[in-house]
Amino acid sequence: MTVEFDVEAYVALMAATHGLTILPEWQPGVIANMAAVKRAADLVMGLDLGDHAEPAPVFEAGA
Amino acid sequence: MSDILLTSASEIAAAVRAGKVSAETVVESSLQRVATTDSKINAFTDVTVERAIAKARTVDADIAAGRDPGPLAGVPFAVKNLFDINGLPTRAGSKINRELSPATADATLVARLEAAGAILTGGLNMGEYAYDFTGENVHDGNCLNPHDVSRMTGGSSSGSGAAVASGMVPLALGSDTNGSIRVPSSFCGLFGLKPTYGRLSRARSFPFVPSLDHLGPLARSVGDLAIAYDVCQGPDAADPHLAARPVEPASETLEDGISGLRIARLGGYFARFGHAEANAALDVVSRALDISSEIELPEVARARAAAYLITGAEGASLHFDRLKTRAGDFDPDTRDRFLANTMIPALWVTQAQKLRSWFRGEMTKIFAEYDILIAPATPCVAPRSGEKLLTLDGTEVPLRANIGVFTQPISFIGLPVVAAPIWLGSTHLPIAVQIIAAPWAEATALKVARYLEMSGVARAPVAEV
Repeated sequence: MTVEFDVEAYVALMAATHGLTILPEWQPGVIANMAAVKRAADLVMGLDLGDHAEPAPVFEAGA
Repeated sequence: MSDILLTSASEIAAAVRAGKVSAETVVESSLQRVATTDSKINAFTDVTVERAIAKARTVDADIAAGRDPGPLAGVPFAVKNLFDINGLPTRAGSKINRELSPATADATLVARLEAAGAILTGGLNMGEYAYDFTGENVHDGNCLNPHDVSRMTGGSSSGSGAAVASGMVPLALGSDTNGSIRVPSSFCGLFGLKPTYGRLSRARSFPFVPSLDHLGPLARSVGDLAIAYDVCQGPDAADPHLAARPVEPASETLEDGISGLRIARLGGYFARFGHAEANAALDVVSRALDISSEIELPEVARARAAAYLITGAEGASLHFDRLKTRAGDFDPDTRDRFLANTMIPALWVTQAQKLRSWFRGEMTKIFAEYDILIAPATPCVAPRSGEKLLTLDGTEVPLRANIGVFTQPISFIGLPVVAAPIWLGSTHLPIAVQIIAAPWAEATALKVARYLEMSGVARAPVAEV
């Protein structure tokens, strides 16, 4: 079963998790932007990169 | 004297070095033009008058004493206000950061340009914290396009574009995370260079997205881009992101022409989202370069989406404390985006960084077959100030986030790009084409841009403000 993404609920939950204040007049903008982020994430998560893809940043332990 | 100010940096330096004009005279001319012009376009946020005059006198004294003043002797330049300028707070387009203590040293690239004889005349307007493609800023006022003040400059290096296009300075520095040099170059009709990721030092500049931030020059001639780029190269212990590359000057090969270069035009995604002007500009350049190949890159939309997520996550991490304590002091247009971006799960960001490696691998295969790829820099000419929506492929989307639809997938993997401005007969506004090279091949991209400039296809005239 696919669970639909409830962007308003997610924004409210994450704001509380982070201790962020989102004034009522900011909420439409934040929610619209979170919805845009989710659309980008759907594209990114939709590509199967297998088990061995390295994330781009490379950490060097020392010089 | 304003005549020489409106030539190129190279011509100014040649005249100063030859003793035909003093550096002080050139700088006074530049400051005078700022005084008479900037109120119409709002490019400068700080004008460093005393410093500029003092530096000009130093250059003139060097020449009088027979010392080499450097290849940019007497050239006025200004920088996006995310570069540290000794004695000024680095505002980065924000209200919050201007409360910081003044910088105690110049950014590395500012120091390098001045070591080459150039003269800093001030800091420039920008979109707040560089999260912008429009040139609009609620704190410092919108920066207006010198070619049509009812239009956007593009951002986030808005002041850099406006200051150079209006002739106040021949050279400026900007930053480009997802397109912030290339977009104002397109809307303001300038040449702009986004070097390879890791090529130029970012030391003492205010960050946005460490995985994607680049610094580079904007100018009205390709030769000026090349000189500025050349003198800005070199190791810098103060910048851990810098790649261990030798200095690879571009000026030496600038006039070599395009013979033997394998050049392709990008189609598919890059043709679908462009307005008529974007495709027409690409047609013009394709004819000038005699391009017969059109190719499609794999998964460009996903690459752009991954850049979007990395930008969001790293930007939100940078500003998290400010978002918790002072969200009301942000520009509303960036605040709502930053707040949403604090909520991006790690899973998405990690996948985006994997996709970055994958996309780099795919592009490596393409650069085995081609030396240069061309694509539009923006989907449209400069929109009217205040516009909020943009039509892409028949669908209305938020303008602010989507002007970078063509630039974002390219900077995602750090490729070097020169934006070359094209003027079409159908509009009074310019639009740029991206000349994209393989990693570390800035000199090749600049060579192609120079060819287009020499053939009259690309040009960057001073705007009559």
